[in-house]
Amino acid sequence: MITVVRSGPLTTVQDLGRPGYAHLGVPRSGALDGPALKRANALVGNPAEAAGLETTLMGCALRFEEAARVAVTGASAVVKLDKKPVEGVIEVPAGSVLDIGRATAGVRSYVAVAGGIDVEPVLGSRSTDTLSGLGPAKLTDGAVLPIGTAAGLFVEAGSPANYHAELELGVWLGPRDDWFQCRELFVTAYKISPMSNRIGCRLAGSALTRAKAGELPSEGVVLGAVQVPADGQPLIFLADHPTTGGYPVIGVVDDVTPLAQARPGTTVRFRALPLD
Amino acid sequence: MRLRQVGRTALLIECDDPGQVEAWRRELWRRRETGDLAVVDIVPGAGTVLLDGVGPGTAALLASLTPLLDAAALAEGPLVEVPTVFDGEDLADVADLWQVSVDDAIGRLASVDFTVAFSGFAPGFGYMRGLPEEWAVPRLAAPRPRVPAGSVALADAYCGIYPSASPGGWRLVGRTAMELFDVRRDDPATLSPGARVKLVPAS
Repeated sequence: MITVVRSGPLTTVQDLGRPGYAHLGVPRSGALDGPALKRANALVGNPAEAAGLETTLMGCALRFEEAARVAVTGASAVVKLDKKPVEGVIEVPAGSVLDIGRATAGVRSYVAVAGGIDVEPVLGSRSTDTLSGLGPAKLTDGAVLPIGTAAGLFVEAGSPANYHAELELGVWLGPRDDWFQCRELFVTAYKISPMSNRIGCRLAGSALTRAKAGELPSEGVVLGAVQVPADGQPLIFLADHPTTGGYPVIGVVDDVTPLAQARPGTTVRFRALPLD
Repeated sequence: MRLRQVGRTALLIECDDPGQVEAWRRELWRRRETGDLAVVDIVPGAGTVLLDGVGPGTAALLASLTPLLDAAALAEGPLVEVPTVFDGEDLADVADLWQVSVDDAIGRLASVDFTVAFSGFAPGFGYMRGLPEEWAVPRLAAPRPRVPAGSVALADAYCGIYPSASPGGWRLVGRTAMELFDVRRDDPATLSPGARVKLVPAS
């Protein structure tokens, strides 16, 4: 059992999400930086689908009521065990407090515990969906989290990612690229807006010009879709995105994980990818 | 039918009409069940069907299909009778827009054979088609901050029932006590795409 000492502004339980229910209006949800959660799980011998914690900018502090093996990945942050800095795979004795500090690079840290966070799954996933409210509530001070049985797997963990002040995102145009002057997307340097969240990464820059007026009837949207609302400022859908939308999607980015770790103000540019 | 690529692993089928959307949805669903088609999500929209999480070769398979549905096949969907108390806050306004009495408005709503066309907005929220276009009503100018769960509402030519309390700009015509979304059920949504729906007056 874990007791939350300091929840931080938004710390949630996340696994690989609940794809397969989009036709019922259920978002996929899941860790925004999937590779970072998988790496944390690998470090503690968990299967990739085990649930961990996703922090946002300010970290969190947890008291372990039982001994546990823990790894922290994702955003760079000072991790302290009973106020002493620690690194790598951490053996936490019963009664100790693990404090994940403020992110010094990146946004979201991932905390994996051997055995996984064992809250009740909802539609096959333990993820908190901030759009629909499915899954466990976001962490609050004093909340308790059960720990599952450790699997003790040997998993290749891979290398941590680097975070950059500027991002260049590969994008496939479509399905609604014919609604826009697409060249504008590739010549504009956008900034990530502080209004971004788990639902979408909002960009600010020169507004995209419509080549076609009118409204689009609602249609299904995918992770990484670059949707362009009426104001012309693109929004890239992340894990908690709605399943259908009525604004045209100009393109789809090939990887959303850099956006999970990009701070407001980060410069974003788009590069066209060939569709074959 | 026109096929559009959506990133590397999704395809969007553009349909000519809502009947074709439902025909495609059923055909694709059936082919996934039989193992003919590998796809994670089949998501109908107002005029499209999205296939998310497909493998290579799917576009060629789709190009070889021409699903068709006649009226008899469409009538085969499961029928859900929703006991509805017609006392919504906007019922009188809807009756005014239709230029009929409140009783006649209720009679109209209870007479429509609805079909869930697609989902969205919230888990278990189905956009139900069936109202004639001339009965379409505009959304509220300012959405309500909180619409109670079970509210039966209209917007454009769609009818929808809020599965949980949320903000909302649809015009409220009634309410139901029916549970519309329950994660403990194998089929969590009562109103899933393809379901036929009748609003049955209740008190």
